[in-house]
Amino acid sequence: MRIGVITFPGTLDDRDAARAVVAGGAQAISLWHADADLKKVDAVILPGGFSYGDYLRCGAISRFAPVMELVIEAANNGMPVLGICNGFQVLAESHLLPGALTRNSDLHFLCCDQELEIVNNKTAWTNSYSVGEKIVIPLKNGEGSYQCDDQTLAMLEGEGRVIARYVGENPNGSRNLIAGITNAKGNVVGLMPHPEHAIDELTGPTAQGLGFFTSILNAMVK
Amino acid sequence: MKKRFFESPAASFKREQTMATIVVDVMLKPEILDPQGNAVASALPRLGFTFATSVRQGKRFEIEVEGDVTPAQLTEVEKAAEVLLSNPVIENYTVRVEK
Amino acid sequence: MALDTVVIAKSTPDTVQPFAELGLKPDEYARIKEILGRRPTSSELAMYSVMWSEHCSYKSSKVHLKQFGEKAPYSDALLVGIGENAGVVDVGQGYAVTFKIESHNHPSFIEPYQGAATGVGGIVRDILTMGARPIAIMDPLRFGPADAPDTRRVLPGIVAGVGGYGNCLGLPNIGGEITFDETYAGNPLVNALCVGVMKHSDIKLAKAAGAGNLVVLFGAKTGGDGIGGVSVLASETFGASGPAKRPSVQVGDPFVEKVLIECSLEIFAEDLVVGIQDLGGAGLSCATSELASGGSGGMKVQLDKVPLRDPSLSPEEILMSESQERMCAIVEPSKIARFLEICAKWDVTVTVIGEVTDGKHLEITWNGELIVDVPPRTVAHDGPVYNRPMAQPAYIDQVNNQKVIVPIPTTAAEIKAAVLKLAGAPNLADKSWVTSQYDKYVQGNTIQSQPDDSGMVRIDEKTQLGVAISTDANANWSYLNPYQGAKLALAEAARNIATAGARPLAVTNCLNFGSPEDPGVMWQFAESVRGLADGCLEMGLPVTGGNVSFYNQTGSVAILPTPVIGVLGVIQDVRKRTPMSFTESDLELYLLGETGEDVAGSEWAFLHNQRVGQSPVADLAREMRLIEVLLVGNSFFVAAHDLSQGGLSAGLTEMVLRHKVGATISLDNPGIALISETPGRVIVAINKSDYAKLEALAVKNEIKVSRLGTTGGDSLIINESIIPLSELSKAHTSTFSDLFG
Repeated sequence: MRIGVITFPGTLDDRDAARAVVAGGAQAISLWHADADLKKVDAVILPGGFSYGDYLRCGAISRFAPVMELVIEAANNGMPVLGICNGFQVLAESHLLPGALTRNSDLHFLCCDQELEIVNNKTAWTNSYSVGEKIVIPLKNGEGSYQCDDQTLAMLEGEGRVIARYVGENPNGSRNLIAGITNAKGNVVGLMPHPEHAIDELTGPTAQGLGFFTSILNAMVK
Repeated sequence: MKKRFFESPAASFKREQTMATIVVDVMLKPEILDPQGNAVASALPRLGFTFATSVRQGKRFEIEVEGDVTPAQLTEVEKAAEVLLSNPVIENYTVRVEK
Repeated sequence: MALDTVVIAKSTPDTVQPFAELGLKPDEYARIKEILGRRPTSSELAMYSVMWSEHCSYKSSKVHLKQFGEKAPYSDALLVGIGENAGVVDVGQGYAVTFKIESHNHPSFIEPYQGAATGVGGIVRDILTMGARPIAIMDPLRFGPADAPDTRRVLPGIVAGVGGYGNCLGLPNIGGEITFDETYAGNPLVNALCVGVMKHSDIKLAKAAGAGNLVVLFGAKTGGDGIGGVSVLASETFGASGPAKRPSVQVGDPFVEKVLIECSLEIFAEDLVVGIQDLGGAGLSCATSELASGGSGGMKVQLDKVPLRDPSLSPEEILMSESQERMCAIVEPSKIARFLEICAKWDVTVTVIGEVTDGKHLEITWNGELIVDVPPRTVAHDGPVYNRPMAQPAYIDQVNNQKVIVPIPTTAAEIKAAVLKLAGAPNLADKSWVTSQYDKYVQGNTIQSQPDDSGMVRIDEKTQLGVAISTDANANWSYLNPYQGAKLALAEAARNIATAGARPLAVTNCLNFGSPEDPGVMWQFAESVRGLADGCLEMGLPVTGGNVSFYNQTGSVAILPTPVIGVLGVIQDVRKRTPMSFTESDLELYLLGETGEDVAGSEWAFLHNQRVGQSPVADLAREMRLIEVLLVGNSFFVAAHDLSQGGLSAGLTEMVLRHKVGATISLDNPGIALISETPGRVIVAINKSDYAKLEALAVKNEIKVSRLGTTGGDSLIINESIIPLSELSKAHTSTFSDLFG
């Protein structure tokens, strides 16, 4: 299975996402932002970082990259897409996911080992987990506060499109402790914390992030 | 503008110039959480300023154009504001001309 | 202001020039005229003024720093020594690691965020320019009193700046220090360390060799940033009411630097450069003169080709600009097309601004007119060398002869209170408020970071080869005895590395002192350098490079001498490192090393306003034997934690709170045992069955071992004092949020 990992100028966690893809059992294919070429991958990951320095708004410039046109089209046709942190921000700016990510409510960048509860395991990226499963993976960002209007929030909750919630104190002011959401079809997922940094206990707080990268193989088998 | 220590002729000239500018102001929508505005509102009374009942923080884009601003340009700027300069999901914007 | 050319300078020898405003002394100005055989043009004057400033030329420190070369221990691991942008050591398996620490003190007082941010940016570029991929950063920081209003202004900004720049570059922050002392009020210290890795064949040096090769400027465009920053800010003390000259702080853009890093690494991978230099303090003046000096001396530059952010800049301003995120490379003509292609891919501004020549001069033209014609060595390397007067200050004998007067906790209640007091002291308290603003995970190779004794990163994912780094300083000891203070800091940094199971290999240093024009400060500096050089020779650890920051003082009061020593070490398999603390109960805890009555210069003394006494005396032979114990013991130690500020009390506190597993400890003379800061001590946790191994190892290396107690439970129990972990944790973790929100 081939999973594309996109590099925008300023992307930081692309190599880490590729490492996680390989650890999950798939092949990682590097995709360059300026090339309108998805290289026949089966799924795409938009990794974390500070693409374009978070200029203007996080992900606001990346979303217009040539590769993104193809990603949007493929996503609308059902290709699984995972946006992690900055990747989630790009997906929101692209309107592949609703809402927006804004400045952490206490205004500080926060890097911590964050407990999450998986609340939707029907997506291409979360089927390895059970509903209610608690995992600890790193959270590291300055603009991770998920915001949307009341209507959108009602829709997300009503349709079960929240995939993960923060456990305990709200780390950044996200509405309803939302850490990750999915689109209606369940193929596009955005997640603020970083599962690619929790794939082994030597370098991460746990190995509980690996599930995101094994789920996708299950999804493709089906 | 102050005269610089090693000022070039070009810099002296620029000190006397004026430009036409289109200003786009972008603010978070009223219902969106504005932690930066809140932080400023908390800091003001600590410094002895008690005039504010609330503070919201936004962004201002200054766009310089050659010559005078045309209605066509303003329309284009509005489009740019809608698509790039603001995120309509969470922000509002206004466009005006400044001399 | 009309263009001042070489031709005009030759014909107008009596023109009055503002050399004093630019920081040059009359004798230095005279010397420039002597070198050139005429008065300098205003551009040449600008270049000499920034390059001959203290910060760039090291004029006050050179005579002392040469000890690092004279007393350099033989080390076959040293690939690049002092003199280049950063030192490089061989760590095995074909890998070379480069590391260096630098200061950005004065700008950080003026503009904390940008001062700290550009400090990080600068040191990262130094590492990049050696041909390495930067892989981690560390930040030793020092501030005025924790509860002072100005600290509340400066600390959050500096921390945000270090995090803001470092996080955006994708560099994990793997450690640092935070120290509060009134000595730094008005003169915060921001030292930044960067480490990078490459293959031996990738090492790049700063030399412009090969006539006809092109001089290429790439990275950010040049603007009016920090004009005169280096010469003005770092070479002058602050007046009591602030800096006398107009402050000029550079503003950094980490995104541009990130892109520059990726672009440069691709360029290096295709072997497209002959030499390379980053533009730091003194910008183009530095890069051109250093590159030319590193070659045979000849270079021609067309200054009007420099891409500008601000088209109104004069040539003098362009030469002095400290715009960030710029590099200068020497490229063979046959390789320039590919070089330009890679820059285009990353959207990096790139311009050919000159070429290497056969001559011996650096010639710079502006629109065809010659405005600089100098022998580059005179600018970059042959600056003034001062042998500043030094004299042991009167305070030394006074304080060394006074006895430290502090209460020694004796009763169970006093012991408990002392442990809690130390746990919550700003210098010892939990620093998560700060460190949670730093990304420690990016790149996926961080094995150890704060609050561990050293930072550790893996450099090979297949073999698990790794490096460990620690930075340490003890200004209290350096104040009491600068010679010993430097040695002790060296020993501590090396011990921190070894505690995790890594073998120390090389040293970097950041020497933060007051004004070199004060003979007492100069003496402190000379003694510190002598101590460090002697210590490095004895321990077999070469100094690979470093930084000197003078003029850290407000008015006539200098900061305590603060030499920060960084030690880098290697570990063959990061999976086998010794962790800092334990997760199991029923382990045995032992103290390696002997505890004496070393209260002078300790945190306990500091908390009781006692700045007197005699510092400990470094026993480096014993430290080296302890390092052997730690390295061999790595095979069976369950955990090991180095003791430093806060002594055994802090060490135990940190160990039990790391994984929330308590301990039961028995001590003779608990008061002194807990607060003394005798160097050369480590707490180790072992399985009971391994005691014989520990004893044998210690005896063989003549290191004292004494039993402390056992692990387990939800309290730290010391003799009769019972301190619940919840209470200890509260004391330890509330301090920073109480202070800084």
